[in-house]
Amino acid sequence: MAQAAAVAKPPAPPRRRRASATPRRLPYLLIAPAALLMLGFIAYPVISVFYYSLQNYNPTKPWRNGYAGFDNFVHAFTDDPQFWDTLTFSAQWVFVEVGLQLLFGLALALIVNQTFVGRSLGRALVFSPWAVSGVLTSAIWVLLYNSQTGITRYLADMGVGEYGTSWLSDTSTVFPAAIVADLWRGVPFFAILILADLQSVSKDLYEAAEVDGASRIKQFWHITLPHLKDAIVLSTLLRAVWEFNNVDLLYTLTGGGPAGETTTLPLYIANTSVDAHNFGYASALTTVAFVILLFCSMVYLRLSKFGGGDK
Amino acid sequence: MITKEATEVTPVPVPVPGAPDRRPSRQKRAWDEAPRWQIYLPLGIYLVFTLVPFYWILLFALRPAGSTSLVPWPMTFEHFEKVWNERDFAVYFQNSVLTGVATLLLTTGVALAGGYALARFDFRIKRGFMLALLCTQFVPGALLLVPLFQIFAELKMINSLGSVIIAETVFQLPLSMILISGFIRNVPYSLEEAAWVDGCNRLTAFRIVVLPLLRPGLIAVGSFAFVHAWNHFLFALMFLSDQTKQTIPVGLNTLMSADSVDLGALAAGGIIAAVPVVLVFAFIQKWLITGFSAGAVKG
Repeated sequence: MAQAAAVAKPPAPPRRRRASATPRRLPYLLIAPAALLMLGFIAYPVISVFYYSLQNYNPTKPWRNGYAGFDNFVHAFTDDPQFWDTLTFSAQWVFVEVGLQLLFGLALALIVNQTFVGRSLGRALVFSPWAVSGVLTSAIWVLLYNSQTGITRYLADMGVGEYGTSWLSDTSTVFPAAIVADLWRGVPFFAILILADLQSVSKDLYEAAEVDGASRIKQFWHITLPHLKDAIVLSTLLRAVWEFNNVDLLYTLTGGGPAGETTTLPLYIANTSVDAHNFGYASALTTVAFVILLFCSMVYLRLSKFGGGDK
Repeated sequence: MITKEATEVTPVPVPVPGAPDRRPSRQKRAWDEAPRWQIYLPLGIYLVFTLVPFYWILLFALRPAGSTSLVPWPMTFEHFEKVWNERDFAVYFQNSVLTGVATLLLTTGVALAGGYALARFDFRIKRGFMLALLCTQFVPGALLLVPLFQIFAELKMINSLGSVIIAETVFQLPLSMILISGFIRNVPYSLEEAAWVDGCNRLTAFRIVVLPLLRPGLIAVGSFAFVHAWNHFLFALMFLSDQTKQTIPVGLNTLMSADSVDLGALAAGGIIAAVPVVLVFAFIQKWLITGFSAGAVKG
């Protein structure tokens, strides 16, 4: 037994000299600040959301507070039509918005990846809205969509839309109007991420394909797209989560209106908690949102086989 | 405007894309040489879509109130003066700068330490920690408003910029750390080891060997953090009740939701909100792309 151990364990090679005296503890010290911040301000709040989702908790109605079991969830799924409405709208919003952003973003990245005169200026200009915030985007598009002095008035003169209507307060136009406003800022984000990855495609591949007589379209399908796959998967996922969670734009652009037409689930949650003080119910809705996000992300990652290849 | 631009730049006749390439004289043809009009036409259209909104806000900010002219002439700065002085944008601006810079420093510092650990060490909880970082990407900041509010109330930080700085930092950290560890992994470890052999300790080796090479990456991450903190709206709206503590996005929202919206003031406020961010991006554009392609998506 002792001999076996001795065989299994040859004398340790002389330890490589380390510059630091405490390499074992060092990584933990290095991640400690980040870990503590995240524990305190993400993990703990998440747990408390789960806790409150099982409570009746409304500071304005303290006599009803206390353990509620799954009542909040039952209420959401069985008799809160507004919950379903906001859920459907969220799905529509994310699907249309992210789909269009991906499409246009990819096209834009492919275009500005070419060599042409004025490329850096062109890039700087088309990417510029990306830096603009949700609230500022809203401010700009409120000006554009204004019924009296906005661009809608000039478009009405040209026969697009009716004179004097505000696209943001009309239920039939508010969705496309909000989509366009968000695309203005969202497409550059995709384009930047995809462009960054495009630049790492080896040019030899294209030259080889060229020699073999592959058309540009074939080159795109067989070289560019496979190379971009991981970047596309990751940025689409991040963007979808972001578009789902983002409250800034719709809160300030439409306020969720008209008639609740553009209220996403997070917006509904914010209203339920901050305005109606119904923290218990809002927490339950938040939990539902978590589960949906997590589920969709898993499915998406699985379907796209992301990260399956390495390690 | 579009057609003019397009016709100006299409004179070069180009072979049909997809046709077999028979040009032995130009063996070194760039692979990505598309017909010019295929570049300039869509780019021109997209440029119009990008720039018209910018033009519109400039128009409203610079022309006198009540004017419907499509050129901002005669030009006036009355809206800026009004927003800056009467609408407290001078105060908001200060608060936003403070929040942005503090978030930038805190995020970059903490993420640099953590990113180094993730890139250069194998330790027991590493995989779990990486997973936690990824998971935080699914945690919606907006949905954590209530518990966060309670925490900051407990810490007596409501109505102080500290609460916003911490919240912004925490939500910037995971991605920043993933990015930075990617950048560090791109720096050959042997460089550091060589510095140790030469007698540097870990910290000095890091400072004189790794840090300079990380500059594009750090600029990308730092500017990201700054811009996020500058632009973000909800945390400031919820955690800061005192008007003199507010940041620019909240100020803009106030202008938008006022009963009678003053469009000129809104436009001027929007431009004030945009200027620092535009400057940051103009300055770092070059590093941003290289920074991201260096480590971003590949992590």
